[in-house]
Amino acid sequence: MCLIRWGRALDIVFEGARIRAGGFEVLADATLPGGQITALIGPSGAGKSTLLAAIAGFAPLAAGGLLVGGQNMAGLPPAQRPVSLVFQDHNLFEHLSIAANTALGLSADPRSKTTEARDKVAAALGRVGLADKAQSMPGELSGGQRSRAALARALLRDRPVFLLDEPFAALGPGLRHAMLDLVAEISAERRLTTLLVTHQPDDAVRIAQMTALVAQGKLHAPQSTQALFSNPPDALSDYLGK
Amino acid sequence: MAGRAGALAGWAALAAVGLVCLAPLLALLAQPGNWPGAYGWSVLRFTLMQAALSALISVALAVPLAGALVHRQFRGKATAIALLGAPFLLPVVVAIFGLLAVWGRSGWVSDLLGTPIDIYGLKGILLVHVFFNLPLATRLVLQGWAMVPPEQLRLGAQLGMGWRGQWQVFGAPILRATLPGAFLVVFLFCITSFAAALILGGGPKATTVELAIYQALRLEFDLGAAARLALVQLALCLAVGLIALRLVRPVQFGAGLALQPIALPRPKMLVWLDWMILVLAAGFIGLPILAIALRGLVGLGDMPASILPALARSIGVALGSGLLATMAALALAGLITRLRQGLARGVELGVMLALAASPFVLGTGLFILFNPILDPSDVALPLTALVNAVLILPLLLRLFMPALAQIKADYGRLAQMCGLAGFAQFRFVTLPLLARPLGLGMGLAVALSMGDLGVITLFASPDAGTLPMVMHRLMGSYQTAAAAGAGLVLVTATLGLFYVFDKMGARLGHRI
Repeated sequence: MCLIRWGRALDIVFEGARIRAGGFEVLADATLPGGQITALIGPSGAGKSTLLAAIAGFAPLAAGGLLVGGQNMAGLPPAQRPVSLVFQDHNLFEHLSIAANTALGLSADPRSKTTEARDKVAAALGRVGLADKAQSMPGELSGGQRSRAALARALLRDRPVFLLDEPFAALGPGLRHAMLDLVAEISAERRLTTLLVTHQPDDAVRIAQMTALVAQGKLHAPQSTQALFSNPPDALSDYLGK
Repeated sequence: MAGRAGALAGWAALAAVGLVCLAPLLALLAQPGNWPGAYGWSVLRFTLMQAALSALISVALAVPLAGALVHRQFRGKATAIALLGAPFLLPVVVAIFGLLAVWGRSGWVSDLLGTPIDIYGLKGILLVHVFFNLPLATRLVLQGWAMVPPEQLRLGAQLGMGWRGQWQVFGAPILRATLPGAFLVVFLFCITSFAAALILGGGPKATTVELAIYQALRLEFDLGAAARLALVQLALCLAVGLIALRLVRPVQFGAGLALQPIALPRPKMLVWLDWMILVLAAGFIGLPILAIALRGLVGLGDMPASILPALARSIGVALGSGLLATMAALALAGLITRLRQGLARGVELGVMLALAASPFVLGTGLFILFNPILDPSDVALPLTALVNAVLILPLLLRLFMPALAQIKADYGRLAQMCGLAGFAQFRFVTLPLLARPLGLGMGLAVALSMGDLGVITLFASPDAGTLPMVMHRLMGSYQTAAAAGAGLVLVTATLGLFYVFDKMGARLGHRI
């Protein structure tokens, strides 16, 4: 499924990029550092999800360029990009079992036909604490478990860039923190370049080394999370209500 | 959501539909002939008048019936609402038999009154049309009620809103939104009415355009007059169809509507009126169906041997037509959902309008096309299957398109992300998720084709007809018991096939 051999800790570079989606435009001219977790924070409708969609290949660039690990992404379809994306919702096919949903991280056939494939699926589900839910249907799982299943698929997909578009927004604080910790663990273990879209400054502080503000249709250059929140620029202060 | 092959199938289906609609139309235009003068005008007048009256009565009765269904809570209400869709699946000839058994000269009501009621002519046609369209109009009004947010209804109850307030806040806006569309859709169904006019109408005073086409073609063999009448019918259907497309909400078939239990205060007199309306409506719709079952059971032993081959022909035509319609609608829906919005709307509108043609318009055109080359009765069954398939397409498109669009919206990006494309996407995503509407669509197409007593009458010879034709012949020759038996067989087979496909869709939806 993925023909290109990708390295690890890939930088994501927007070069004067303009992304048009749904009647508005996002400008991006910044580098998101490889091998780290970067939180994208900002008000609703500022363009955070659009940026992820552009990296994943769902929103083409109207101008400028996008390089991942030095490679131009122009014209590369979503399935061939070095990217795993976990959406806010509809992360699982409701008519497929958890095992089948997870197996889609291996190939475009949800049926794990070989023992090796079955073992890999079982291992991924075990890693996220869903070993006993392989044969369950998504409708039988809680919100947290569904998010875990999506993470298991991302683990199997094993792409160096991991995009999370507010997948834990609907979870309670305890469960959300547990999921964020799991993401941080996986990201560190696999040296992933992880982008986390969130409305919660706490999330960024908890796991992101870097944070980039997205406001009024513009991606600002990422800064160290600690530095950014201890001395926030005006746009971030406005957003945080400080 | 499928790949290039899906797009190709969509364009091929569009081309095929275009050909099936345009070729007969060209044949009609090329056929020399004269407009049948005063007779033609009187037929046109009657067609419009009976359709307008049918629509008016159906809609007027639907308002209190929908109101009663909304306000009264009773066990089996969801089933009752679902059953409102049953007459839609009932073969017209069987329904007419049931109505005659209740309202006819020797029917239950005549027996009760001690004096025979004459339901032939306009009265009978209206009775049949109201029987079929009252449930439809009621469902359309109920759809309006189902769209009211439950919080608003609870707020109305909490505020102790009186019935005048309820009327202003809920009733009037809902009726304003639903009644024009309901009137138009019933009007459209009734201007293409044939079987009711054939069995209960006829004569200069009660002939519809479609019946006049049939008479010109089969009895007088006046191809020119038939072609002119068919063109008038086409213009009529196109005009009404265009307006209906703008005003009519898609009708929901299958499962019952999700109506919230309403606890709005209602005066005691209206409560009693609600119950009375429900009982009367249940009797009006239920008694003919009961009569079909009772008389059918008695008549099973009197059926002639010709029933079985006719049943086999009916099933063959219905399956062929259902399969064709489902595949074409799936391909077209796939094409429309992948096109840009403007072009998609254009293609959808084109298909819907092209299909505003009635079976008799297409049938007459095809008859004129095939007549010089071969005996139309030789190709009666495949042609009937083809015409029925084409005419059921708009309904199936309306079923499949929203479902496909939903699948695309919910899972399009996820599928792309997982590399599911082309056949894999169709096999593992689209097909399982679309299986339920596919099954329902196939069931509807098969059921409607099973009961068809329209275009088949133009082509088939009496000894090689379908079961509705045989039943009509038996009714015409006063073999009432045999006709009753045939009716029961027909309705059982029709509902049975619908049930099988509907269930099959629901079951396959959970398997890959």
